[in-house]
Amino acid sequence: MNTVMEDGKPRRRPLKQRYPLTVLILQRLGLSAGLLLAVSILIFGGVEALPGDFAQTYLGQSATPQAIANIRSQLGLERPVTTRYFEWLGNAVQGDFGKSWASGNSVSEQIGKRLGNSLFLAFCAAIISVPLAVGLGMLAVHFRNRVPDRIINIISLAAISLPEFFIGYLLILFFSVKFGVASFPATVYDGMSFADRLSAIALPTITLVFVVLAHMMRMTRAAIISVMSSAYMETAELKGLGAFKTIIRHAAPNAIAPIVNVVALNLAYLVVGVVVVEVVFVYPGMGQYMVDAVTVRDMPVVQACGLIFAAVYILLNMVADLIAIVANPKLRHPR
Amino acid sequence: MTDPVNNVTTRGMSHGLNRREFIASAMAAGMTLVAASSLYSKTAKAAEGEPKRGGHLKLGLQGGSATDILDPAKSQSQFTFVMNRNWGDTLVESHPENGTAIPALAESWESSADAATWTFKIRKGVQFHNGKEVTIDDVVKTLHRHTDEKSESGALGILKSITDIKDEGGDLVISLTEGNADLPLLLTDYHLVIQPGGGLDNPNAAIGTGPFKLKSFDPGVRATFEKNENDWRSDRGYVDSVEMIVMNDATARVAALSSGQVHFINRVDPKTVNLLKRAPMVEILQTSGRGHYVFIMHCDTAPFDNNDLRLALKYAMDRETMVQKILNGYGKVGNDFPINETYALFPEGIPQRTYDPDKAKFHYKKSGHDGSILLRTSDVAFPGAVDAAVLYQETAKKAGINIEIKREPGDGYWSNVWNVKPFCTSYWGGRPTQDQMYSTAYLSTADWNDTRFKREDFDKLLLAARAELDQEKRKEMYRKMALMVRDEGGLILPMFNDFLNASNKKMKGFVSDIGNDMSNGYVASRVWIEG
Repeated sequence: MNTVMEDGKPRRRPLKQRYPLTVLILQRLGLSAGLLLAVSILIFGGVEALPGDFAQTYLGQSATPQAIANIRSQLGLERPVTTRYFEWLGNAVQGDFGKSWASGNSVSEQIGKRLGNSLFLAFCAAIISVPLAVGLGMLAVHFRNRVPDRIINIISLAAISLPEFFIGYLLILFFSVKFGVASFPATVYDGMSFADRLSAIALPTITLVFVVLAHMMRMTRAAIISVMSSAYMETAELKGLGAFKTIIRHAAPNAIAPIVNVVALNLAYLVVGVVVVEVVFVYPGMGQYMVDAVTVRDMPVVQACGLIFAAVYILLNMVADLIAIVANPKLRHPR
Repeated sequence: MTDPVNNVTTRGMSHGLNRREFIASAMAAGMTLVAASSLYSKTAKAAEGEPKRGGHLKLGLQGGSATDILDPAKSQSQFTFVMNRNWGDTLVESHPENGTAIPALAESWESSADAATWTFKIRKGVQFHNGKEVTIDDVVKTLHRHTDEKSESGALGILKSITDIKDEGGDLVISLTEGNADLPLLLTDYHLVIQPGGGLDNPNAAIGTGPFKLKSFDPGVRATFEKNENDWRSDRGYVDSVEMIVMNDATARVAALSSGQVHFINRVDPKTVNLLKRAPMVEILQTSGRGHYVFIMHCDTAPFDNNDLRLALKYAMDRETMVQKILNGYGKVGNDFPINETYALFPEGIPQRTYDPDKAKFHYKKSGHDGSILLRTSDVAFPGAVDAAVLYQETAKKAGINIEIKREPGDGYWSNVWNVKPFCTSYWGGRPTQDQMYSTAYLSTADWNDTRFKREDFDKLLLAARAELDQEKRKEMYRKMALMVRDEGGLILPMFNDFLNASNKKMKGFVSDIGNDMSNGYVASRVWIEG
């Protein structure tokens, strides 16, 4: 792969051109690490900027100057912000997120449980909503501007227009209060059987499917329609390619990028943005855990949750970008 | 206008007499209050039948958080409050109906004549959940842990006058810097659970002497308990097991109760309680509370340093309408001092201050103030605080007083507005005793003197009342103090809010304990489940 220069000496092409994908991934990973560092500084600064420190907010109305001083000195809160940040960073880099100031429990252990719950719920919602959204999107394209398309559009738009807590309340009202068929609350705990867990999260899963469906469905529909109407599709058809081959070779690679992107965005939302659904259904996920920690300024927990949320977003977006690039030759070989 | 007090009582229990009605009619029949109270508990039991044992009790509670901790010294939330009551006992309990101190792990007590030294006899033969017997050593160590210099206990504030805790021949002797006739009541605090070895080795063990043993605990999610078969008392802990689920969303709690998933919920929203009442299996449980919603003026800052202006602003408050509109009737009107009849030694017979635009006008004119008065508020001050401020603005306008409302951001309200700005809305939770309430917020030197009420004669009276063992004299002192705050203080107290809980009708035996919300935290140990 060496080009011969005019003076006859061979020159290696830059790494970027020889292994574009590997370099890209490494670049992205490096950027992600930088981003996470920035996020951790932002969170730390943000919590510091909130009025009241841990000792004050945690003790609340029962706070006495002595009790506050005792807690501060025990946690070393009287030291400067930068010292505390770098101490935390040093431990976090080694994988030690420390102990919750409030409960004294190991943060990693607690998060392990909560993150597991969040991922379980997100996974169940995704496994239903993603195929459903893409399928409905294709169906809508197939029946474009006809009755099925309209129905799909109206229902999914209605679902996205209703706030998620309202959908949740409606489902609870009808399926558990009126008909008594679904289980509520969705509290899951250790020692619960898998079948029980599935039945407990049925209603929150349906709520989340409603919330994310329309976004993905409409993006699928729009992407396919825009590709189908482009000039090169017409050319492909005119030069006599079969419909199937046209879609696989020419339509899909161009349509997949926007779809994957919006899917990634929604998956990330399912993991990190469902605190309202958690509260409504009494589901012990990450969102509620972080909100509880912010309320009392429990820094180690807030930091760990914030980093995990940021990592999920960054990772999913990176995967989406990579899929889009790999799928599309135009992006894979940029000029 | 409808009479809010009567209106409230008729909203109480849907069947039978409630305590207030019962006492009212009994008083009319010439009975004394004490006789009426004790008779009430008997009739209440008779009406609800004999307690049934067994069953699994489920509670859906607001106020749990992932930061909750088992160490009773660090208990903060409503959820751990009930948990502590389930697995542990305090030395003293308070009477559910009149708020006096009654024995628990301490069998009896007596004090020196100046109320500065107290001797408690500890009950014998009580076992911890781990099988060990409760000793005086455990008691002394527990109290030490809550009061020593390094303590992080939430009870540190109320116990700071303790100078010495020791074992004298098997009895607990507590010495104080000054006399305090309320010491037994202070020991009812839910942080002060007696733990083996004082909980020094393992504060989070949740080993106590309570009616239920802790089985599992997932902070911010759920806690389960099973019956303590060796309980030293037989008149509590009727159910076999208890499950407490954290439900911080009001609608979720209501849904869980009306679908029969839980037996009991706390914090019912007054705005929707009338809808919940329609559910066939649901009963609303209303308890008078000590918490109050307030409008506070700094007595040392112009223009509020003029007592006529303060009186004008007090007369411009329409308390009845506040209770109706802001609390939906689930509360009692206030009388501009922070004590109501749920406190022991409540000074009866102080005339109720009512909305009187003419008097307000008179005092306003006398004060010589001109121009508008700035009132700061936010919905974090209390639920409906902004609406309450607008309502107040309207009633004050009729008295010719122009109030300007400034809505402040919720975050930071407690550090930037409350106790900083001269006139704002706020709330207070109750305290176990009148002394505690006045010491926290009306003593000249108190950090939280949020009305800047600084009166030497008041301070003297407060300290004298604290050490006074003669209850009649003490009551008279509290009466004087109440009048001082009411007529000269910076507090406008339109309403005391009630605690609103709800239960499935199968749950029986709930006691509306005046001590605190959720039957003073004892809900799980006092109730039983009918078939």
